[in-house]
Amino acid sequence: MNLNEVSVQFVVNGKKQTVKAAPMLRLLDVLRENIHLTGTKEGCGEGECGACSVLMDGKLVNSCLIPVMQASGCHITTIEGVAGPDQLHAVQQAFLECGGAQCGICTPGMILASKALLEKCPNPSESQIREGLAGNLCRCTGYMKIFDAVKRAGTLS
Amino acid sequence: MESKPLIGRPVLRKEGRSKVTGQAKYIDDITMPGMIYGTTVRSSIARGRIKGIHFEGGIPWNEFTIVTSKDIPGENYLALILHDQPFLADEQINHPEEAIVLLAHPDKYLLEEARRCVRIDVEPMPAVFNLEDSLAKKEIIWGNDNIFKSYLVEKGNIDTVWEKADFIVEGEYHTGAQEQLYIENNGMIAVANPKDGVTIWGSMQCPYYVHKGLVPLFELPPEKVRIIQAETGGGFGGKEEYPTMIAGHAALLAWKSGKPVKIMYDRAEDMVATTKRHPARTRHKTAVSKDGKILGMEIEFVIDGGAYATLSSVVLSRGTIHSAGPYFCPHVRIKSTAVATNMPPHGAFRGFGAPQSIFAQERHLDKIAKTLGMTPEEIRRRNFLHKGQTTATGQTIEENVDMDGLLSRAFKLTDYHTKKKLFAQENAKPENKIKKGIGFASFMHGSGFTGSGEKFLASIVGVEATPQGRVRILSASTEIGQGTNTIFAQIAADALHLDYEDIDVVQPDTATVPNSGPTVASRTVMVVGKLVETAALGIKQILIQSGHLQKTHTAQDFKRACKEYIDQLGPLKSFSQYKQPPGINWDDDKYQGDAYGAYAWAVYVAEVSVDTMTYETRVDDFVAVQEVGKVIHPVLAAGQIEGGVAQGIGYAIYEKCVWKDGRMANGQMTNYIMPTAADVPPIRVFFEEVPYAYGPNGAKGIGELPMDGPGPAILNAVEDATGISVNHIPMLPEDLMQAMRGSK
Repeated sequence: MNLNEVSVQFVVNGKKQTVKAAPMLRLLDVLRENIHLTGTKEGCGEGECGACSVLMDGKLVNSCLIPVMQASGCHITTIEGVAGPDQLHAVQQAFLECGGAQCGICTPGMILASKALLEKCPNPSESQIREGLAGNLCRCTGYMKIFDAVKRAGTLS
Repeated sequence: MESKPLIGRPVLRKEGRSKVTGQAKYIDDITMPGMIYGTTVRSSIARGRIKGIHFEGGIPWNEFTIVTSKDIPGENYLALILHDQPFLADEQINHPEEAIVLLAHPDKYLLEEARRCVRIDVEPMPAVFNLEDSLAKKEIIWGNDNIFKSYLVEKGNIDTVWEKADFIVEGEYHTGAQEQLYIENNGMIAVANPKDGVTIWGSMQCPYYVHKGLVPLFELPPEKVRIIQAETGGGFGGKEEYPTMIAGHAALLAWKSGKPVKIMYDRAEDMVATTKRHPARTRHKTAVSKDGKILGMEIEFVIDGGAYATLSSVVLSRGTIHSAGPYFCPHVRIKSTAVATNMPPHGAFRGFGAPQSIFAQERHLDKIAKTLGMTPEEIRRRNFLHKGQTTATGQTIEENVDMDGLLSRAFKLTDYHTKKKLFAQENAKPENKIKKGIGFASFMHGSGFTGSGEKFLASIVGVEATPQGRVRILSASTEIGQGTNTIFAQIAADALHLDYEDIDVVQPDTATVPNSGPTVASRTVMVVGKLVETAALGIKQILIQSGHLQKTHTAQDFKRACKEYIDQLGPLKSFSQYKQPPGINWDDDKYQGDAYGAYAWAVYVAEVSVDTMTYETRVDDFVAVQEVGKVIHPVLAAGQIEGGVAQGIGYAIYEKCVWKDGRMANGQMTNYIMPTAADVPPIRVFFEEVPYAYGPNGAKGIGELPMDGPGPAILNAVEDATGISVNHIPMLPEDLMQAMRGSK
């Protein structure tokens, strides 16, 4: 273990993880490189685009802005932990059916943001959806099909 | 049993499941044993001569792979149209993001530190930073005259119209650079050595462009260069030509180090160093009769190409041809020029020159209407192009174009006339500080390559059947989010009466797929999709001719026939190559003739609110009505339009590239602002479907069209709201403030 590294424990998608990392290393890099969960994407590295969104103790965060030390003891959900063992989560199914995913690079973050929104607010109005997703940028869809997907997911779950 | 046609139905996206579960592998998700990381050391000076390269700081330089132009095994140029752009600057620097040194190391954090410790001594030379100075030849920085390309389009005799005109209306219009801003940054992995050649995996639109660039760089036989597209997180033109540069860099580092090398740009590098939409200036001088007939148009269109020729000549071509709009005019002269500046080269971006010149045309028509005291609607209705009339290049329109019908439908959907009246009444009340307006743009967009482009490309698609009766599509057209995999599978399945699930679209890999041309120019459905259809039908024909299949058959019959054929006769493949449809004639010298096989036609209406206290503009509603031939997939097609409209809204009122001495000064998502979920209006999309005889099931191109309309529609609406005429985009609040204060 490098002198600058610390040991951090947290739970990712229900599984306990212990990683050795520099304390200021971004949670994003730890998820992608140490734990090999590459579904969480880097878009801007400065908390603007939301491609790296994950849930930390149920709250939506940009994993590029979270030093790994801060995640110590937390429960993290990444896109890999959203689907059930046999079927897609309602949000995933709705994104698939409504055309909410085009190039797919914002999709993991967008799905986690939608999931977080729907957990707080199961039947969101369009303005609640817009506000809930305002931190997640999509360059392909113009957001219309994403709004459709969030509305549909509300009816599927 | 005849299966239900898939075309026209919203089947699930082929690779959708892997995208919604996070399983799809983009280039940054891929690693290889022994892989190291590469980075690029760039100039910071716009123009000059390299005097020395110094490796400084407490960096263990002996651990690094270091590549300069001296290490290039073959030719140091990026093969595209002209060979003027080097992979690595040797002596001359022509823009501030020019690559000079490449570094590779296993530790990417140390690599970044090392990058900052390379000092490049440059003797600065005078530079040119905008198209006005370049045109004025303030400094000659490229060739003899700074000009990459010019065109002259002449129809009738424009010099005869000025005397007859009741009105002559002149205007000048500017459009800024725009960043494509795909959410996945550019990246490449290379494995390269003299024995096996070069293999590249990466984010890209055009595998065969990368191939074309790397063959001379390494002086390898073509079969020793292999390019594989990884899942690609958006392109919009931004991954058309620049990926060749990154692939070349990664391959040079891999060649020298003997290890796999990954170069992954971060957002800042991607924004400042890679291509953007060409800034443009358009001047119009139009002769009009008092009853609103356009008698003659003189158009001067200039684009800023940046430091190297790249694709500027072709961008200029599309912009030139689209500059006269969907209007009939007997006398036209269009002069256009692409000039060099010492900025990073501008490049492909959805619309490819057309959004620039269409912005000018559609703003100018509102100006003509105002001058004549006519409505924007009336001036357009009196001049719309009809079937049998000719365009600026003399192309006789054979399509059943109905711009009047599109306009009427768009107005009905937006309640245009009622709103226009209501807004005027409300805006007149001084207590209403938020002014509302409605505006529109009518336009067309040519599908496929311009002129003889498709003939020269001569694209090929293959279709292969397996013994299990599955059908594999072999094409170099890439899936970049727009739906290539899905629509190709729909087209092939319908041609062979198979299920959607029976079709596989093979990952583009130059070792296994033929050259279907680049994934650009709204050509993937209309041109390549048609080849998918004919190649698929070729399989059926082979099976029928060999006696394995009847003309009418079920999916089961087909599967059995494939197995029998392959067991008896071996591989079952069919290839189809593009042949120009009859009656298309184009003269490259005179720039006359049939510029495009088909056009998509559209009318877009924007409703805006302008806050006269903060000068903010909001788009409240947006209706996009278009005729695009047969719609293959309603959800994907609407998704293309909605995404393009959002990008067009950004182009109009949010996205500004700030330049300082040729460098982008706001290369971050915090200060280059694209529309968010909270910013976009409802985008309502409507299609008219008039089948085109030479597209698959009648489909035409669609991808670029939605980029053309929002800019002018929104600024026309802003003028309707405020009476203020702003003739440049992006129009940020400070621009509107200046214009409104200036008018008082």
